[in-house]
Amino acid sequence: MTPHILTRSLNRSATVFLLVLAALGILLPLSNLLLPDGSFLHVPTYLISLFGKYVCYALLALSIDLIWGYCGILSLGHGAFFALGGYAMGMYLMRQIGTRGVYANPILPDFMVFLNYKELPWYWYGFDMFWFAALMVLIVPGLLAFCFGWLAFRSRVTGVYLSIITQAMTYALLLAFFRNDFGFGGNNGLTDFKDILGFNVQADGTRAALFVLSCLALGIGFLICRAVVTSKLGKVLIAIRDAESRTRFLGYRVESYKLFVFTLSACMAGVAGALYVPQVGIINPGEFAPGNSIEAVIWVAVGGRGTLVGAALGAIVVNYAKTVFTSGPLAPYWLFMLGALFVLVTLLLPKGIIGTFNAWWEGRKEKDEARDRAQRDSATAAAAESAAREDGVIERTMVKR
Amino acid sequence: MSLLETRTTSAMLYLDGVHVSFDGFHAINNLSLTLEPGEMRAIIGPNGAGKTTMMDIITGKTKPDKGEVVFDGTTDLTKLDETQIATLGIGRKFQKPTVFESQTIEDNLLLALNVDHRVRGTLFWRRSEPESKRIDRVLEIIRLGDARDRLAGSLSHGQKQWLEIGMLLAQDPKLLLVDEPVAGMTDVETHQTAELLKEINSHDKTVVVVEHDMTFVRELGVKVTCLHEGTVLAEGTIDDVSANERVVEVYLGR
Amino acid sequence: MPLIRLLRPSLSRLLFAALALAFVHLATQPALAGPYEDAVAQFAAGSFADTEEAIGKLVASAHPRAATIIVALQDGRLFADPDAKTVFIKAEDGKVTDAATGDAVAALPDKASAVRLNNKLRRAVSGAMAGLTLLSPDLNKRIQAAQSVFKTHDETVLPTVEAALKAEKNAAAKQAFAEARAAILLFKQDASDVDKLDAIAVIKARGDQEAMALLTGVPAGQSAAVTSGIASAKAAIERNLALWSMVQNAWYGLSLGSVLLLAAIGLAITFGVMGVINMAHGEMVMLGAYTTFVVQEAIRTRYPALFDYSLLIAVPLAFLVAGAIGVLIERSVIRFLYGRPLETLLATWGLSLIQQQAVRTLFGPTNREVGNPSWMSGAFELGQITITYNRLWILCFTLAVFAILLAMLRYTSLGLEMRAVTQNRRMAASMGIATSRVDALTFGLGSGIAGIAGVALSQIDNVSPNLGQSYIIDSFMVVVFGGVGNLWGTLVGAFSLGIANKFLEPVAGAVLGKIAILVLIILFIQKRPRGLFALKGRAVEA
Ligand SMILES: Nc1ncnc2c1ncn2[C@@H]1O[C@H](COP(=O)(O)OP(=O)(O)OP(=O)(O)O)[C@@H](O)[C@H]1O
Ligand SMILES: [Mg+2]
Repeated sequence: MTPHILTRSLNRSATVFLLVLAALGILLPLSNLLLPDGSFLHVPTYLISLFGKYVCYALLALSIDLIWGYCGILSLGHGAFFALGGYAMGMYLMRQIGTRGVYANPILPDFMVFLNYKELPWYWYGFDMFWFAALMVLIVPGLLAFCFGWLAFRSRVTGVYLSIITQAMTYALLLAFFRNDFGFGGNNGLTDFKDILGFNVQADGTRAALFVLSCLALGIGFLICRAVVTSKLGKVLIAIRDAESRTRFLGYRVESYKLFVFTLSACMAGVAGALYVPQVGIINPGEFAPGNSIEAVIWVAVGGRGTLVGAALGAIVVNYAKTVFTSGPLAPYWLFMLGALFVLVTLLLPKGIIGTFNAWWEGRKEKDEARDRAQRDSATAAAAESAAREDGVIERTMVKR
Repeated sequence: MSLLETRTTSAMLYLDGVHVSFDGFHAINNLSLTLEPGEMRAIIGPNGAGKTTMMDIITGKTKPDKGEVVFDGTTDLTKLDETQIATLGIGRKFQKPTVFESQTIEDNLLLALNVDHRVRGTLFWRRSEPESKRIDRVLEIIRLGDARDRLAGSLSHGQKQWLEIGMLLAQDPKLLLVDEPVAGMTDVETHQTAELLKEINSHDKTVVVVEHDMTFVRELGVKVTCLHEGTVLAEGTIDDVSANERVVEVYLGR
Repeated sequence: MPLIRLLRPSLSRLLFAALALAFVHLATQPALAGPYEDAVAQFAAGSFADTEEAIGKLVASAHPRAATIIVALQDGRLFADPDAKTVFIKAEDGKVTDAATGDAVAALPDKASAVRLNNKLRRAVSGAMAGLTLLSPDLNKRIQAAQSVFKTHDETVLPTVEAALKAEKNAAAKQAFAEARAAILLFKQDASDVDKLDAIAVIKARGDQEAMALLTGVPAGQSAAVTSGIASAKAAIERNLALWSMVQNAWYGLSLGSVLLLAAIGLAITFGVMGVINMAHGEMVMLGAYTTFVVQEAIRTRYPALFDYSLLIAVPLAFLVAGAIGVLIERSVIRFLYGRPLETLLATWGLSLIQQQAVRTLFGPTNREVGNPSWMSGAFELGQITITYNRLWILCFTLAVFAILLAMLRYTSLGLEMRAVTQNRRMAASMGIATSRVDALTFGLGSGIAGIAGVALSQIDNVSPNLGQSYIIDSFMVVVFGGVGNLWGTLVGAFSLGIANKFLEPVAGAVLGKIAILVLIILFIQKRPRGLFALKGRAVEA
């Protein structure tokens, strides 16, 4: 009876989004790798990395939209999951450096040698293997989200309370990662990466491949989100968002649902962070700053929450604006603009770009339909009238007769 | 003791000596109530008598300070939460109609449908033929078939009442708690609701109806319990209860 | 053995000299030939024993030049001509003076050689330095010297110490001398057990970390009575120390709690009473701090005499500035977002970014200097803890603000209206209360109080555009922990968090302590999602 999961997930805007993403994911790297430097259509490598960064942000925004837009969970700590994924990848990249570091220690990363570590802390074991690191990219954020969510949702911490404790969570992690003895490079974080899976992270080919992978991850993440929100589970999530306790009275275990999307979302954020790190070449505790997480929320708000496409779009638009403004003469005003964006979007554009567009589109469609109906009605009316007139005419003629 | 055992096992819903207070205000005082399986009961009482609070207790929203609440003779409801209680087969219509406003009427019914409510179940759930039929049937009963794709938020108060009743039907519980179902309905609709409830009851469902509308209560033609200040003031047929001096007194004020 | 034989006579002489001196109260008359000249001349005698004796005598003479000579001796710049019995000082720049008189001398005689030191003498020299200051006319110097003797417990200064002790009039100095004497006796090998036990009692009474260190340092091989005396004294001091460190932690905790409370009171109004999530609350605090800065600047340039009153002027101004901005924010943004807490959160975060950047543009990104008025600087000792005046004042100030606010809510008509509006907006409106005016004023009040908090916090924290950021999470934690909508809860929440933090800090370290607190609060919120003193009932759910 219900359509297949794929047809269900791919409505028109979703299809358009995926097509555009695929086109960018294929054309940009090709242009970068194949076209000569001088060519008009050549995309320089730095732009590939920049766009790759945006795509990772878009995936983060998507993960936030899944829980905020559909389940009403406003996490102000999603940057933490992003950063944890990033750290997991960074640890792998660190261990790939091997003897090429300043201290040429085959096991210990430079900062550990510098801080007089005698041996590798246990939690760094296994990160020399890519598969293990990749697994940790999902497991660490997922596990944290699971434990945190299990505690929070079971005790029915909701709304702003939840937002505030998620913020406290990322703040606590920020403080922890700043410490040198925490074993993650302290203040400086992890950087000076050399290669990933044997490819030089600086090389054009690697950058292009990372970009393609990011697009792929975004596409897959998007499909997963679509599949979730178009399933019956998606309806339950919206029900929870709108009337949590009513959902309970229907027999749904609200905390399990929340836990499921929260963990899923954290894993997605972790993947985004993992792809982000090799492209920007560094991960440091600053990524845990509460401000980052809130900024990511505003991307979603700008694009339109509860639309998925909007979240991705919002992330790209806001970050593009950020790049443009912070590198130009307007740099000192960027924070004013960002602040104003927060205020104006919440006040004037609560549905965001896509949401507003959708509403307008629906409105137009309805108007069209109404016009059609009116036309049809007036047509029938006209027909009736003419019929009547004809009758009348006939009558008159009859009378005349 | 043995008497008590037999009584609790045979009753569908059994409340005994229930107390609830909010910040020192005793909303429910030594409330005892027994409903046999398949029985329909009307509950009346002035504003603030504790009718809604009683439903809160049964459905797990409020935990009683003291007293027993037993469902189906075996299950102690005070130990369970809302989800578990709903899963047992206790459905509730709220006094203030609460539907999922941003979803369509059909989706509201879909959500209420008593199928697997666990995460995995809903994620991979696909609608089957009988389930579609059931939703169509409910839509027909609540006369919202033409509006199935409309958002529930756009319905009028009375229509929301109907939708909530429809959700109860889709949920198909053993025990229905219906809080003021006919507020905001026309006389005809009130009559239809009474008929519907009687119909539901005739399919062996236990029903508790809270209502202020006396014509409606009279039309149900079932045993009536009058609550006042959290205790049972009188119980019996509608005529007995409305003739009861103390009932008259509390309704008219002292 | 020779040592003791040598010491004995010198000691008695020393004692006598010191006594005499103390009574004269610093002999300034330069006698032509007296103990001082003898002492100086003795440096030329050549043997270590003579040098030691000379040092002792020199100290006892308390001659103004004694210190110069001792320093020169210490640095190896003291030269003696054994034949002429004259002693010279060679300054660092090579100039030579006569040690006794300070008169310039053309050059060192050929026969003059540096006065030699061995380790024992070096100790005597440093003891002598202390001994010299023990007799200083400056009270603080005397006490300091006594304390340094307490640490070095150098036997050679014992006579001086005893002399000083007898002569001393000031109670604090007397105490210090007594302790110094006790320390010396405790370490003196030939002191009697009775003396040592007395000494232990004195040290035990002192009861601080240094007393502990001193007792720990006593060499083994004491008599049984002394050993057990030391052990029991150590135990007593340990208990005492533990007690005082508790008191200290409690004080730090109270102080931190008052800061938290101050930062959180405003939030308790806007978030607790009105239910508005104001992420720009920290920036209101920052504005208050910058107001203080501006006030102080104005005073510095125009009326420097008023500096001590700068905070008194800043408090009302900060209230007005932050309050006015609060009202502005409420009217222009927040009032459109009532009932949408998550949106309010985002919008006010945006406002906080704007305010920070505005301040950064106006005042620069670096810390601004805000001074402490004289009545807020300094500290006093209470038992073994030091209490700084600024912390004490902030604690009092916080409690005063809290009390005033509480009274305001309870007894003024605005307070009544505020409570009415927050409890039932529609009802209040229908009773003729201008709810939107009350909203604006309530928000303004909360913001104004945050501004006042900024004045106080400018005294202990860096005044920078990021000032507010560091308080916002803490403030929310306090309000949520204490229970939203309950001012008393905020009070208890702030102080318990402050104290818990300070008691965890020594165990876990500052950062880990803070993390632990955050984790504890997160866990606590799981247990009691609505805080310590939660309001109950239907009002909460609505
Ligand atoms: N959560 C709560 N907190 C505080 N008081 C409550 C709470 N729930 C119910 N009450 C109080 O208990 C009393 C009974 O309320 P209840 O809603 O059960 O009355 P009712 O009989 O349903 O009235 P009505 O006919 O108006 O619906 C009321 O005075 C109400 O204020
Ligand atoms: Mg009711």
